Amino acid sequence: MIAIGDLVRPDARFPGLASVAAVTLYSILFLHAESQREVMGLVLGALVGLLSLARFDWTQRVSSSFAHHPRLLHGAVLASVITVLAVFHDQHYPLLMLATVLLYIVMCLGLNIQFGYAGVLNFAGAAFFGVGAYTSAVLAAKTGVPHLFIIVIGGGLAALIGSLLILPLLRTRGHYAALITIAFSLLFKTLIEVSDALGGPQGLKVPGLNLFGWNLNQGLAVGGVELSFYANYVVLALAMAAAAFVLTRRIERSWIGLSLDAVSLDETACATFGISVARWKILAFTIGNFLAGMAGAVYSMMTGFAHPNNYTFGDSLILVSIIILGGIGNPWGLAVAAAIMLVLPEKLQFIQEYRFLLYAVLVILILLFRPMGLLPRQVRVYFPGWRPQ
Amino acid sequence: MSAAPLLACSGLTVRFGGLVALDDLNLDVGRGEILGLIGPNGSGKTTFFNVVTGIYRAYGGRAEFEGHDLTAMSAQEIYRAGVTRTFQRSRLCLPLSIFDNIVIGNHRRLNHGLVFNLFRRGAFRREFERNYAAARELVRVFSARLAGRLFEPVASFGIIDRRRIEICRALVSQPRLLLLDEPSAGMTHEETRELMDDLLIVRGHMPGLTLIIIEHEMNVIERITERCAVLNYGRKICEGAYAAVAADRQVQEAYLGTA
Repeated sequence: MIAIGDLVRPDARFPGLASVAAVTLYSILFLHAESQREVMGLVLGALVGLLSLARFDWTQRVSSSFAHHPRLLHGAVLASVITVLAVFHDQHYPLLMLATVLLYIVMCLGLNIQFGYAGVLNFAGAAFFGVGAYTSAVLAAKTGVPHLFIIVIGGGLAALIGSLLILPLLRTRGHYAALITIAFSLLFKTLIEVSDALGGPQGLKVPGLNLFGWNLNQGLAVGGVELSFYANYVVLALAMAAAAFVLTRRIERSWIGLSLDAVSLDETACATFGISVARWKILAFTIGNFLAGMAGAVYSMMTGFAHPNNYTFGDSLILVSIIILGGIGNPWGLAVAAAIMLVLPEKLQFIQEYRFLLYAVLVILILLFRPMGLLPRQVRVYFPGWRPQ
Repeated sequence: MSAAPLLACSGLTVRFGGLVALDDLNLDVGRGEILGLIGPNGSGKTTFFNVVTGIYRAYGGRAEFEGHDLTAMSAQEIYRAGVTRTFQRSRLCLPLSIFDNIVIGNHRRLNHGLVFNLFRRGAFRREFERNYAAARELVRVFSARLAGRLFEPVASFGIIDRRRIEICRALVSQPRLLLLDEPSAGMTHEETRELMDDLLIVRGHMPGLTLIIIEHEMNVIERITERCAVLNYGRKICEGAYAAVAADRQVQEAYLGTA
């Protein structure tokens, strides 16, 4: 009886730890699954499992568990990613997927600062990712700029090009502001396609990442075990995702996050209390594009090429879907959603052709049955564990 | 009123195309006074608030407040000068907690630096705790029950609590002039009475606070205001103590029509 009571307490560690462990195990099984039958079985199993856990308010308990033990559970999530990395240490494909998911998380954290907090809906996320990708393609192939700087320049260029949109974005609201980003998204792909310097429709080759003489495209051998070179990228992407996560959290849990929320909820009330709508929208838009650009710079060096078809309006829609699916404004939610949106169509081959259909159906189902997303955002907690005296 | 008035409006005019919403209004508000602003629907009361808080541009005239002309300032500058308000239809951020909503009202006294907020978490924590204590003190005057639930979303509270929260948001930065736009709208007589009691207590804590209150409940006006001004079609038709105003023939005609 005591044990059950402990499980139900809001500060129980079990729901959080058990969920992280279950997700880790599930990810390993899923990445391992080869036949379509296994994959379908796993998908159905997850659906049944989630629906039955939902009857016990499981997500509520997990998020409460996370809120009470942030350090422990952040550690558990890191350990979980490293476990998956260790299991697939010599296989290229699962590690490429893992690194891709992590880089998408970085980019979506950026879009989440824009859309989830400041309410600026950006339908050009993939284009800003592309700015980063092409920055790497040009600078790494044609100049001797150290690659670490290239990543930062990729983010900076994305932020700079994004600032072209700031004036029209500040003069419009809602749907009209969204249209501006859609226009930019279409413009970006067309510009790349007609630009000879950027490789036109053929795209550009991008050299592998080299950090201080460490070539990430060469697999390491640890204790006689050969690692896939993608393991290097997983480690780098994990570090970037962790840093972006901490940044997002600190923004949310500060007066900045509060001002961003106020801007997205009521501009008139903002003006009445001296909150500058323009200042906060510009800040959120710039930080978001910076993160997207950095992720793009690493991504193109990892995959070895930058191609206009990878940064289309359709790709931007996927990013927005990830945020809606995960729970607008919740960084954990978008991490889970990014994994689902990227890995599911890769594994369900018969769906490859119809992946946009799958995304559309998922988003419609979420908006119908769970409009706040898989993991809805909670009320702001400035300092986890803080209690008023 | 020996000292200079806190707010002195002269010839204040607001037009929307051909419609004159506020017509050559002259109105003085003394320091520490509670002024009632009454008049039929559409008489320009809320327009007056909107122009004084910088949401609307004045077509002509001035509104002198502590040496500034409010008609030449942006809404943000007016707030920083010490003028706050509530809205007729509550404008709280419903998904945010009570604490968040109240702290939004304290914006001019918060440190918004990027480095301070993101990297100096110890210093930020002290500022957060100060604001928490201030918000709790303020809310406690209105309701001890609310003060214990500061981190719950506003959406889960009823209209009287929301009204209290909105007034706290307007008061937390310790303004010199508070504009209340129909605080009793949508509430029962009992609730209104309770809210007004609380308001008078708060005013006891903030001696310098000046209030302008728009109200349709005449017993509220009678009870808490010292003086009132009556608007009709954007013009001031009468000004004085409630009893005198209520007896005025023009005022009765404005409300009831001519016999």
